[in-house]
Amino acid sequence: MLVASIIGWTLQSRLRQQQNPSDKSLKLVANLVSRVNAWWVMIAVFAVAFLAGKIGTIILFTFISYFALREFITLTPTRPGDHRTLFLAFFLLIPLHYYLIVIEWYALFSILIPVYAFLLMPCIAVLAQDTEYFLERAAKIQWGVMICIYCISHAPALLLLPITNFAGQNALLLFYFMLIVQLSDVLQYVFGNLFGKTKLAPLVSPNKTLEGLVGGGASTILIGAAMWWITPFTPLQSAGMAMIIVTMGFLGGLVMSAIKRSIGAKDWGNMIQGHGGMMDKMDSVSFAAPVFFHLTRYFFTP
Amino acid sequence: MLVNVVRFGLIILVKLLVGAQARRVTSAPSRTDKSAPNLTSKSAQSIYFTNHSSHLDTLALWTALPAEIRAKTRPVAAKDYWGNGRIKRFIALKVLNCVLIDREQLRDPLAPLIAALAAGDSLIIFPEGTRRAQAEPSDFKGGLYHLAEAFPNVQLMPVYLDTLHRSMPKGSILPVPLICTVRFGDVIYLETNERKKAFLSRARDAVIALI
Repeated sequence: MLVASIIGWTLQSRLRQQQNPSDKSLKLVANLVSRVNAWWVMIAVFAVAFLAGKIGTIILFTFISYFALREFITLTPTRPGDHRTLFLAFFLLIPLHYYLIVIEWYALFSILIPVYAFLLMPCIAVLAQDTEYFLERAAKIQWGVMICIYCISHAPALLLLPITNFAGQNALLLFYFMLIVQLSDVLQYVFGNLFGKTKLAPLVSPNKTLEGLVGGGASTILIGAAMWWITPFTPLQSAGMAMIIVTMGFLGGLVMSAIKRSIGAKDWGNMIQGHGGMMDKMDSVSFAAPVFFHLTRYFFTP
Repeated sequence: MLVNVVRFGLIILVKLLVGAQARRVTSAPSRTDKSAPNLTSKSAQSIYFTNHSSHLDTLALWTALPAEIRAKTRPVAAKDYWGNGRIKRFIALKVLNCVLIDREQLRDPLAPLIAALAAGDSLIIFPEGTRRAQAEPSDFKGGLYHLAEAFPNVQLMPVYLDTLHRSMPKGSILPVPLICTVRFGDVIYLETNERKKAFLSRARDAVIALI
């Protein structure tokens, strides 16, 4: 982090000294610096939450889900008939779902949204008797709730897993997961900017390149393997987990870009300077967290 | 003391709920300045006029203003809504420093507004007079014209509040959190010899242009 900050600041001051720096490089460096600064803020927030313990972490993710869903619903066309459903999704479903992590009621946590919310949200909406685009509206709200609440919540849910020979250290596993996801994003961005040539999906996300994915992915997997000692995994298992996180994160980023394009937006919001909105930061988390959670649960809990 | 605490809490609450991010939208390309809400020259007295679709409108626009401008800006609010109940009255009069107008009173309803402008304050007004359910504002009432005529040097700034008609539609008391962008447009003035009808429709178009 320190290194990245220093690189950013030196690049910026050098560019300022130049007679006529090109617009593109100025923009790139400015974006880099604001990204790095936003990183510091995020690290500070996470550090405070981690220090506050399990409850602090869960509250932090409750707010992350809230802001992510707010961005998602803002860009999704809804009608007055959805008003009550949305109110309950924000102010009942989010707190209830995260409360289940606090009391470690895993059975209900895993089905609250896919079963109960899935069935009850259209039940509430139908009472408003607005049949215009009913299926589309129900499906979109369901999607937003799944991604922004259910999927993201699987990161803090790591805290409730009774992992063999790892009691009391689950916060480290959450730290490992968040670090790998974010490193994967950053290193893909860095490798993509340095060596990127072959566009992988130019119609969905023109910034994603093969070189970025391979370079960023491989270095993330190496770092993941080297971090095995803070996890319940062996070095090889840790590399495998990092590979799955990288893959799901990459694909999740693509899917969320496609959704943004289909609703005509460039960023989900502008909450985090240089990064766009909360959802721009959490897209890879939301796809990687449930898979990482369940793989850990299948193979590393009794 | 209490007023300041409530004011601070209210700003946090509005930001958590609807974001209320200020954005300058201008047709002059050299002045494009998306993030910085340096809305006007700081001392300039203004009338902010905006579309009206929910009870959150006043709070969102008030929150979006930079602190030093907010301190000199008074929202105009209907007495029949904001004047009812102790808490609403406290927020309207003490926290937001509203100018309350009586929509029922036929004789000179603009008098309190004229007094506030004469005292040097800026105003937030909703020229439609009442809340509408749709994204586009309906026809403006005459008040804006009369104020512009009486105070030709006060700048008139069009503002558009998006998504609030979805956040808290008319008839609902439960807010849904959606990000509201508060878009500030280019200042207009009443032109010499401009007729009331022409001016009001030009002002309305200035708000619609921000959608």
